[in-house]
Amino acid sequence: MAASNGKKYTYYPGCSQTKTSRAYDASVRGVAGKLGIELVELEDWNCCGASNYIAIDARKAFVLSARNLALAEKTGRPDIVTSCSGCYVILAKAKKYIKTNPKLHKDIDEALATDGLTYTGNVSVRHVLDVLVNDVAEQRIRAAVTVPLAGLKVAPYYGCQIGRPYGEFDDEEWPHTLDDLVAWSGAEPVNFPLKSKCCGGILMTTQPKVGRTLVGKLLKSAKDAGADCIVTACSLCHVTLESYQKKVSRHLGEDVNIPVLYFTQLLGRALGLTHKELMLKDSLTHAEAVLP
Amino acid sequence: MRVIDGKVEGRELTKKFLEEVMLIPNGEKVNMCIQCGTCSASCPTGYAMDFTPRQIVAALRANIIHEVLVSNSVWLCASCYACTVRCPAGIPWTDIMYQLKRLGEDEGIIPRVKKGHELATAFNSIIDKYGLSAEFLLMLKFYFRTGIFKALGQLGFATKMLTKGRLDLGAHKIKGIKGLQKMMAVMEERK
Repeated sequence: MAASNGKKYTYYPGCSQTKTSRAYDASVRGVAGKLGIELVELEDWNCCGASNYIAIDARKAFVLSARNLALAEKTGRPDIVTSCSGCYVILAKAKKYIKTNPKLHKDIDEALATDGLTYTGNVSVRHVLDVLVNDVAEQRIRAAVTVPLAGLKVAPYYGCQIGRPYGEFDDEEWPHTLDDLVAWSGAEPVNFPLKSKCCGGILMTTQPKVGRTLVGKLLKSAKDAGADCIVTACSLCHVTLESYQKKVSRHLGEDVNIPVLYFTQLLGRALGLTHKELMLKDSLTHAEAVLP
Repeated sequence: MRVIDGKVEGRELTKKFLEEVMLIPNGEKVNMCIQCGTCSASCPTGYAMDFTPRQIVAALRANIIHEVLVSNSVWLCASCYACTVRCPAGIPWTDIMYQLKRLGEDEGIIPRVKKGHELATAFNSIIDKYGLSAEFLLMLKFYFRTGIFKALGQLGFATKMLTKGRLDLGAHKIKGIKGLQKMMAVMEERK
C-alpha cells in the first residue's frame, strides 16, 4: 500500500453505489487503498434527490443536499468526494443556489437547525476523477502501476454532468482527464468524439426509443473508434450503457455490443487489484474478459 | 376554463414563470436570447421535442406557455447542460427547463407524455419516506402508474440484475429520517 499524503476525504457513495453499482464503490475504495487516499464514508448520508426531486420541488431538493453538506462540514474535512456524476452536480448546484439566494439560505439554516446542523458552504464538492488526476496526479499513479494494460484500446466516456455546467476540473465540451488517467494506467485512450455527449440517463426508462437512439450513437461511436471497451465515470451512465445493448443493437440494426467498465475497475486492475476485488463478475457486458 | 394561450391566462402564467426564473442564478439572461438556436442544435433530445429550447423562448415571448407545459418537451430534457454551456447569451437553459417542470407541477398542468413526471413523483415519495432511493420499489411504483404490462419488458433485465446480486428488493431508511422529514416540513412552511 502506498503512503498516505495525510489528507482525508469525506466519501459520499450515493444510493446506486450501495447495490446496483456496488462494483463502482468497491473499485473506488480499492483504488483509494492502493494509492493511499483515505476515504471516510459520510455518516448517515441521504439521497441527493438526483434529477428527480429538483424537477418537482427545488427547495426540498436543496435541503437534501444541504443536509449532506452540513454533515460533511461537521467532520472538519475540507472535501466531499463522490464517484457518481449525478450526485456530484446536484451537490455542487445546491451550493451555488444557496449562495446566490439569501432567502433560500436563511430557510435552509432554519431547516437544518431543527436537527442541530449548520451550513456555511465551506466544503468543496469533488469527483473521484478530480481527486485522482489532480491530488494524486500522474507521477504517483504511473509509479503504482503493476499490471501493464498495454494494447488495450479504451473509449473514455465522461457523460455530461462531470464537466457541465460548472467545468470545475475539466473542459465542459472536450474533457481530457479520463483520457489522461487511461494513458497513465498503461492502456490506450482512443479518439472518442461523443465522449461528453449525453446518454439520456433515465430516458431509457421513461422514453425508451429516445434512450436507445442516444445510447446507440455512443456505443457505435466507441466501436467505430476501434475501442475494446468503454470506461464510465457515473453510475447512471454505466447502467444505461451496459443494460440494453441487445435492444439497442436491434433498434439500430447493427451490432453495437461492447464491454463497459467503471474507470476505477480499469485503473484498479492496473494497480494490481484482482477481478474479484473489482467485482468484475457484476458486469452485464463481460467486462472481465477485457482485463488481464 | 383552463389557460388559453396568448390570452390573459397565458400572459399571467408566463409572468409568474419569468418571476421564478429571475431567482435562478443568471436567470435574468433569458431576456437576452437572440434566437440563434445553439441550444436546440446542441440538445441531444431536441429532435424528438414538440418545442425545441429555442422555440420555447419564442413561445414564452408570445405568452404561449400552456401548450409548452402539456407538450413532450420539458420532460425530454435529460439535464445534460449542453445548451447551458454553449448559449452565447449565458442563459442557464437546463435550470429553466427544471423551472418549467416545477411550474407544471405547481399549476397542476400534466404533460401529454406523463412518464417522466410519474417517475419523478414516484422517486420523490420514496425519498420522503426513507431518505434513500430504492430501485425495485421505484420500478414497482412507476410501472404500476404507467402500465403494469410494460414491466414485463423489464423482466429479463430485472432477473439478470437479481442473479448478479445487483437488485435490492428492500428499502432502507437513514437513521436521521425523522430529522430529515422535519427539515422538509420547514422548507414547505417557509415557501
